[in-house]
Amino acid sequence: MLYPPPTSSPARPNRVVVTGAGIITALGSGWQVNAGGFRAGRPAFRPVTRFDVSQQRAKIAAEIDLPLELPPNKLSANTTRRLDRATRMLLHAAHEAWTQAGWEPSADLPVVLGTTSGEMALGEKYLRQAIGSPFIKRRQPTRVVHYQVQQQGLNLCSALGVHGPLTIISNACASGANAIGHAWEMLRNGRVEKALTGGYDILCQLTFAGFDSLQALSPTPCRPFDAQRDGLTLGEGAAILTLETLPHAQHRGAEILGEITGYGAATDTHHLTQPHPEGNAALAAMTAACLSAGISPAKIDYVNAHGTATPHNDATEAAALNRWAGEHAENLKVSSTKTVCGHLLGGAGAVEAVICLMALRGQWLPPQAATATPDPACHFPIVRAPADAQIETALSNSFGFGGANATLIFRRWT
Amino acid sequence: MNRIFVSGLGAVSPAGWGVASLLSALTGGKAVPTQPLARPGWKKPLLVRNVPAPETRPVFFTHPRLRRAGTITQHMLAAALEALGNDAARVQAGALRLGIAVCTMAGSVAYSRRFYEEVLREPATASPVIFSETVFNAPASHLAAYLGTNGTGYTLVGDDGTFLQGLAVAADWLLNDQADGVVVVGMEEMDWVVAEAMTMFRRDAIHSDGAGALYLRMEKTSTASAELGGITNSFLFTQNQNRTEAARKMRAQLPAGSPDELLCLSGQPGLREAVAEEVAWRGWPGHRLAPKTVLGEAFAASAAWQCVAACAAVARGEFSSANASVVGANQQAIGARFLACTGPV
Repeated sequence: MLYPPPTSSPARPNRVVVTGAGIITALGSGWQVNAGGFRAGRPAFRPVTRFDVSQQRAKIAAEIDLPLELPPNKLSANTTRRLDRATRMLLHAAHEAWTQAGWEPSADLPVVLGTTSGEMALGEKYLRQAIGSPFIKRRQPTRVVHYQVQQQGLNLCSALGVHGPLTIISNACASGANAIGHAWEMLRNGRVEKALTGGYDILCQLTFAGFDSLQALSPTPCRPFDAQRDGLTLGEGAAILTLETLPHAQHRGAEILGEITGYGAATDTHHLTQPHPEGNAALAAMTAACLSAGISPAKIDYVNAHGTATPHNDATEAAALNRWAGEHAENLKVSSTKTVCGHLLGGAGAVEAVICLMALRGQWLPPQAATATPDPACHFPIVRAPADAQIETALSNSFGFGGANATLIFRRWT
Repeated sequence: MNRIFVSGLGAVSPAGWGVASLLSALTGGKAVPTQPLARPGWKKPLLVRNVPAPETRPVFFTHPRLRRAGTITQHMLAAALEALGNDAARVQAGALRLGIAVCTMAGSVAYSRRFYEEVLREPATASPVIFSETVFNAPASHLAAYLGTNGTGYTLVGDDGTFLQGLAVAADWLLNDQADGVVVVGMEEMDWVVAEAMTMFRRDAIHSDGAGALYLRMEKTSTASAELGGITNSFLFTQNQNRTEAARKMRAQLPAGSPDELLCLSGQPGLREAVAEEVAWRGWPGHRLAPKTVLGEAFAASAAWQCVAACAAVARGEFSSANASVVGANQQAIGARFLACTGPV
């Protein structure tokens, strides 16, 4: 039963660890190639090929070249034939996490995913045909079913041989972080022993044109926290994590990639698309995350900022980081990995969670080379060149339309 | 064991604005009349069940954040505020920590369709105002802004059963002291895109729109209509588990039932989609209610109306308890149980 919970909350919250992490971005598929790219700060932008951008101001994005072969899975040939791009991306990320964790199919494994629009590219095909050829129904029923976000989640469950429950959080660009945070809370509060979680989004014309209409896209690769920043660059990607309570992971001798120690969420009510200038909700999310982790900002070694490179977001996030870190700000290493893989919207929080785990395990800081002149509003140093570093704790911010703010905190596992 | 109570109910449906209109229509048992909805390019309109215009313009319409918001937001806010009752003022005064869980299947589809039409016509001049409203969580954001609350809010997306998942999320937030109260809203919007898509799977499908809300508290207040008795697991429709199997498992997690209990069904008896649910509940000894036969199909909003009807029936003392069974459109079977409130306020 989802309610009442089968067990009462533990006297002390469970510790939650990551035993598998899968990632796919424009850098490629898999931990290794992504770790190499993010460690070097190598941008993966190129001209958009998936749809026509000739009438848009921006013409680049971080597109993924999906591997031709799907990873091994339990999907039928019929289902595989109909798989959409978003699900294919999800399957690559999930397979990596699943095999790393060494999990077996399970009847009752919770799956918590975050996305903003799922397989909207298929929804666009549906709309184009419905508007342009109102009497032609060919392939339309399949598109209706497969563009919906639950279908990608269901395909993922079928591919792995799990029966859910499946929860999909759509909190705009904070979706991935909210999904991981929600799964983390389920384990921490003793609801379940393990959960599969993550986020994803693909590039599609509707969101590309939408951000362009808001004048939020940069015609050049994004430069977060740069004094001359002029907008974001979109990307696509997915990341999946296998979470377990510490006793569960230790009991089965699993390799632990890192620990999630904190999560905070808050809503910014200032405006639908613009954050409060002083970053009140961002501050609230970071403060709540620290509170749940039982640490002060001084204990955070690295911040993976939301850092979209829009004038509003970065000014707000800088203000929030300055207020939150206080005197510690001058020692706080901050970077936005969107300079490498773009803004992945609902996938951003999940991909950036994996980047934090990579940095903690590898003891390096992900740089953002594109930033030439840091905005003087930033009281913290921006990581602009590849560097090794001793980092024990990392914090990741994700902020979205509608004022959705989420923060996750990760600890190195030694 | 901590208990959770349904402290308030809200609804906007094709029967009208407010829970009273909804219950009146369901009690009458007569299908709400359909209206034509123009489908561009077709001579023949689609048939739908629209939410009628409100008799008086709700006060909240004048809030600056709602000037450009779509009907989905208007319906959602009306249902949420009705459910919150006097506690809305407590939230606005900062005296009550409110969690918001909004559930939908199609979301702000009208604005998404309109924006994409603009993109197809002339991408360079597509409206940023419309785009901002296309995100699934725009209505939840507007509610938070109206109430001035910065607490946790999730927008959950999935089929009809997502509303019951929302109730489970709300229960967790309450049990973990992350909120003093949580309003859970199911909402769907009317648009020809959805109405037409439904007819591809069933020729006579009638799409409807609106919202329904349950306000949950751990404190039993004077407005409490029912106690949350349970929410089953969510049983997915996957490659290895069909609708019938999922519905059977959901049914197995709820009590056998008795003649003084109510069962609120998600299906419309006699239709192919309802077979799995009918099989699962074969032999149910109590009364049955199928709101979609009166109101039409509105996915997450329909599931919310089921729960509203279940709680109201228990509150009126007509039944000792009520089950809401949701065998959703394409994701899951999930059920909830509501009990008569016992003990002092």
